Order: sequence, then C-alpha cells, then structure tokens
Amino acid sequence: MMIRFEHTRKIYDGATAITDLNLDIPQGELLVLLGPSGSGKSTVLKMVNRMVSHDGGQILFKGKEINSFNVQDLRRRMGYAIQSVGLFPHRTVAHNIATVPRLLGWDAQRVQARTYELLQLLAMDPEQYAQRYPHQLSGGQQQRVGVARALAADPDVLLMDEPFGALDPVTRAALQVALKKIHRATGKTILFVTHDIDEALLLATRIVLLNQGHITQAGTPLELLQQPANDFVADFLGRADLGLKQLSLRSIAPYTKAIEGTEPSHTIAHTATLREAISQMATLHVSTLSVTGESGTVLGQVQATDLLEN
Amino acid sequence: MPVSLVQRCNLVLALYVALAVGAACGLPFLRLAPNRLLSGEPVYLSDVLQQQGSPLLLALMLANVALLCFAVWQPKKRITQALLILSMAASLAGVWRLAGQFASSAIQADQAFTRITLGAGFWTLVALAWLMALDAIDRLQLKSLRRLLLQIALMLPLLLSLNVGQHLSIAQEYANQRDVFGPAILRHLQIVLLAVVPALLIGFVLAWRMTRTRSLRQALFPVLNVIQTIPSIALFGLLMAPLAWVAIQLPALGRAGISGVGLAPAVIALFMYALLPIIRSTLAGLEQVPAEAINAARAMGMSAGQLMWQVELPLAMPVLLIGLRTAVVQTTGLAAVSALVGAGGLGQIMFDGLFSAANELVILGVIPIVFLALLADTFFKVLSSLIKKRP
Repeated sequence: MMIRFEHTRKIYDGATAITDLNLDIPQGELLVLLGPSGSGKSTVLKMVNRMVSHDGGQILFKGKEINSFNVQDLRRRMGYAIQSVGLFPHRTVAHNIATVPRLLGWDAQRVQARTYELLQLLAMDPEQYAQRYPHQLSGGQQQRVGVARALAADPDVLLMDEPFGALDPVTRAALQVALKKIHRATGKTILFVTHDIDEALLLATRIVLLNQGHITQAGTPLELLQQPANDFVADFLGRADLGLKQLSLRSIAPYTKAIEGTEPSHTIAHTATLREAISQMATLHVSTLSVTGESGTVLGQVQATDLLEN
Repeated sequence: MPVSLVQRCNLVLALYVALAVGAACGLPFLRLAPNRLLSGEPVYLSDVLQQQGSPLLLALMLANVALLCFAVWQPKKRITQALLILSMAASLAGVWRLAGQFASSAIQADQAFTRITLGAGFWTLVALAWLMALDAIDRLQLKSLRRLLLQIALMLPLLLSLNVGQHLSIAQEYANQRDVFGPAILRHLQIVLLAVVPALLIGFVLAWRMTRTRSLRQALFPVLNVIQTIPSIALFGLLMAPLAWVAIQLPALGRAGISGVGLAPAVIALFMYALLPIIRSTLAGLEQVPAEAINAARAMGMSAGQLMWQVELPLAMPVLLIGLRTAVVQTTGLAAVSALVGAGGLGQIMFDGLFSAANELVILGVIPIVFLALLADTFFKVLSSLIKKRP
C-alpha cells in the first residue's frame, strides 16, 4: 500500500474538517479526490506531505506513519503541483525543474539529462525553453513546467491540487491527456484534487467523492455513475446527464459491427467514445457511422440503437 | 504661441544662465586678505578678467554664453547637449584656473601672508556649471553606466588643473593639513562600515523574523521610528553617559576601547539610524516574494535556511538594495557629526575649520564626504541595475 489513511482527523479552530477518514491508495493508482468547495479534499492532499498536520488517527506512507519521517525527506519523495504553479520567478525553467534533484545532491550531468527528458515528456523543446524564465511562458507552459518540476526526482507519489484549474479549456484538455499518458507510462501513484467532474471522470482510476469531511462514495468512475450511493452523489455528478457521462466513459470499439449494405458516408475514429459517436450522429442527422482505424481503413460500422441499448 | 515656446525651451537652463550672469557680475569672485584672520576685500570677476583676461579668453566666454542661449532655445538637439557638457567641463576648470592664476600673481606682487580665498561668486558659478552639465547629461538619456562615465569625465579637466590653484588659500589649507586627510578618510570609512555591516546583518534577521511574527513588528517599528526622529547630536550625547558607566563597570570593555567618547557612541548611534531603512526595505522585499513560490519551495522539501538563501533572499534583493543604499548614504553623511563625540573622521576636519573660522577647511572636509556618499550611491545603483538585468 503506498498511502493509507486510518481514522484520520483534522480540526481547524475547533471545527472538524476531516472526520475519521479511512482510505487505501495502492501503488499505481490515479486517485481523484472530488468534492465541492469546503469538502476537505485539499486538506486530505496537504496532510499527505505534512503541509497540513493531521490531528488524529494515522497516515501511513509505505507502511510507516508520516510523522516518523524527516519532513524534508518526506516532501522530497512526493512531487507537488498546485493551481498557482508557484514557479520561482528568478530561476530559469531548467533550474526550476532541477529544484528537488539539486536538494538531493544529484550531480550536474544527471540533473541536466533529467531536466531535458522531462521537458520532452511534457512536449516542450528543451533547446527552446530550458533557459527561459517563467514570466516568458504562457499559463499552460508554466503548468507544464510545474508538472515537470513535481516529477523531477522521480518521486514515489505525485500530489496535484487542482493543477489545471486556472487554464483555458483547450490547454486544460491537452494537459489532461499529457498527464494520462505520463500515468500510463510511469505507473506513478497520483493523488489528484479537483471539483471538475469531467476532469475526474476522464483521469481517475478511482474517484473518492468527499462531502463535509466524509467520504460519501468511492469507486471507479463507472460505478459512481451507475450506482450513485445517495442523492448527493447523483446531484453532484449531474443527475440530468448521468447517462451522457456514462457514454463518455465507453469506447465504441465493442459496438463496432460488420458493414451491412452500403457503407455509411460519415466516419468516426475507433478510439472515439459512445458520447462522441452519438453527438456526431445528432449533428449529421444519421443513425450509422463507419468506424475507421489508425490508417483510415474502414473497420466496420456503429448503429445508434446498439449504442443506446448498452 | 507662448505655450509652445514654454514647452520647447529649456526654462531650467534659462534660469541657471540668469543666475550665473547675476553671480558673475554681482557676487565677489575672490576675497583678498592681508592675512588668514581678516576677511578681506572682495574681488569681482571683472577685476580678475581685467588683470588676467586675454582676447582669446573673452572670445571663449562669449562663445560659451552663445552656446548656452542656443541650448535654452533648441534643447532637442543631442549635439547641442554634447557641446554643452564639453563647455561646462571646460568652464569648471576655467574658473579654477582663473582664480589660481590671479592668486599666483597676487602672491608674487605682495607679501607671502596674503590670502586669496574663493568667494561666493566662484562657488555659485561652479555649482551652476555642474548643474547645467548634469541637466545636459540627463537630456542625452544614456544607459546608466555611460551616464556614470560621463559624470566622472566631467570632472577631469578640473582635476588636471588642480595645481594651477596652488597659491589659493584653500590649497594652502590643504597643504598644511595634508597628512590628516588619508587617515581621516579611512577613519570615516571605518565608522560607516562598523555601523552599516552589523545593521545589515541584524536588520535582515529582524526583518525576516518580522515576516513570521507580527508582534515583533508592532513592537519594533515604533522604537525605530522614534530613534529616527532624535537629532543625531542629541543621540550621540545620550549615549555618552551610559557608555561611560558601562566602561567603568566592566573594565574589560573599557580596555577594548568602549567608552563614553570616541568610536563607540558614534558607531552605536549610526547603527541605530541605519536599522530603520534596512529593516523597512528588507521587510518590503520579503513581503513581495510571491506566496506561491514560498509555498512550493516548502512543499518540495526546502529547509528554512534553503528557503531563505535560494528563494526569499534573491527575490527580496532588488528592494533590499534600495534600503541599503539609503542607509549607507545616510550614514556617510551622519558620520561627519560623530566627530563631535571624538570619533574622528572627515567630520573632524570640518569642525576644525568651523571652530577656527577657516571656511575653506570646512569645505575641504565636506568635499570628500560628498564624494564618498556619491560613490556609495553610484555603487549601489550599478549593483541594482546588474541584478535587474538577470530577471
């Protein structure tokens, strides 16, 4: 178990912010802490690297209570990315990314190699960006550097507190895709805080929905959509379009059948979701689409009735 | 029409020219006294020119006035400003040479006790020429380093002509006291450094603590503000009695040089004066460090020390330097007064002149103080611009 909360409590000025939190986060999970403002999701995240101390119960990191670690050592083993990014304005992009490796005393060559590797991973050309200063970057580029900085020392855990909250929708989508790729490629354990349901559904391997310091429901995105535990969950996820959200979690691949009769004139990529397929049918006023593979070859067709029957 | 005329012309320069003409005609250029104690007879610029003037000199002066009038009329042209700077550099040396040559011939004519002192007219002309040159340098809108070099170059002709004035009273005063100046400058620097370096170290730590503890700020700022309002002479005086007492109670400190007079009260008072600008600017500098950067630094596992050296100090540095500059310039000036409690330094020369009614000795003490203050000011300005280049 990478991180374990056991009866964890947090009290702010006499008011209980987190009551009796029990949660296991295994290695490799991308766990999204979801909830409305004031639900305590940020507090849960900040307790993990002791930016906020817990007042009761235990938090275990690799089986050991986090208070038994030296606080600086603990934090250097956990990447940290936040909405306001917090890049150091007086340091170059490369120097910013190198922060934790330098604190750990890596030699210069290793630091440089790691910096360049991370810039490439975040789709930024090292030659072009390494020596720039944060104020010379766009908001999206700054957050890319923020994520690279969090990953720099190859931490055991990545803590992300609404990292894409301040970005425009296009940039946010690009970074979500990038994060998903990184998660798949590295298998890092990631704790991700957001209040954006679509972001949670897209990224999470498991969602923990918090309300007023309690876990209301925990499960995979599909479980939450199909069996909301109570009215709060259903309302929070958006009762009116629960169905649409489910559609957005499923790929059209299993629904693809052999072409019957004439090939439909409009196409859709085989990686599309059910939601995208139905949306396209609605826009084009058709009930069938032909499905194309990577090279544009037609793999088969999907039909509206099949998709909606589930 | 009058509006556009006002906008186009350099009215400041026009005022300087008018004042210069007035000073040249109406104020005594030199004073001629039979000995050091008498104040002497005024000698006007016209008298000096009658004796020393040549057609060439008159032509140069007229050209100078014509150039000034043109510069008032057409201030936009850079070539005009450049010529003006050259002509003012020459004028600074010119009035000195004129005074010096007059003195040499007067000394040869009369007996050796004759004193030729520089008059109000001379000082006014020098000050105005200096101001006109600075105005012209400003109008060239150069980068800071070039502007600095030009300001130094402005003094070169005057410095190269210094020995022409060897028979002037001011040069004789310098010759009499020559051995005093070197040690006085060193002593002055010693006082300034002994006050400012501890003020910087202690001020920084206090300001850094203040960002963490609100109560410290509420307790300390009123005290610092009150200290700043105490006149310096009074503060030196106030420190004498307790320090004398300390020296008696703790003979070890007394043997180490702590006593009611001398270096100790001066350095302590100046240290207290320097604290306010340093603490205020350090605090302002630390407070404008982005909270997210500090937060991120802590979350990535920086210790308090690493946070301070790697994040807070570099980001606070530009604002901190402004306060340090104020503190050094202020201390350099105030250190002159500390001569009154026996601390020595350039103030000693100044007060010696004051108490023996030798005005030129006062000026000889003041010039290096002004020079040191300007040097410190320039040093910190250059340092600030170097830091700003690296964003």
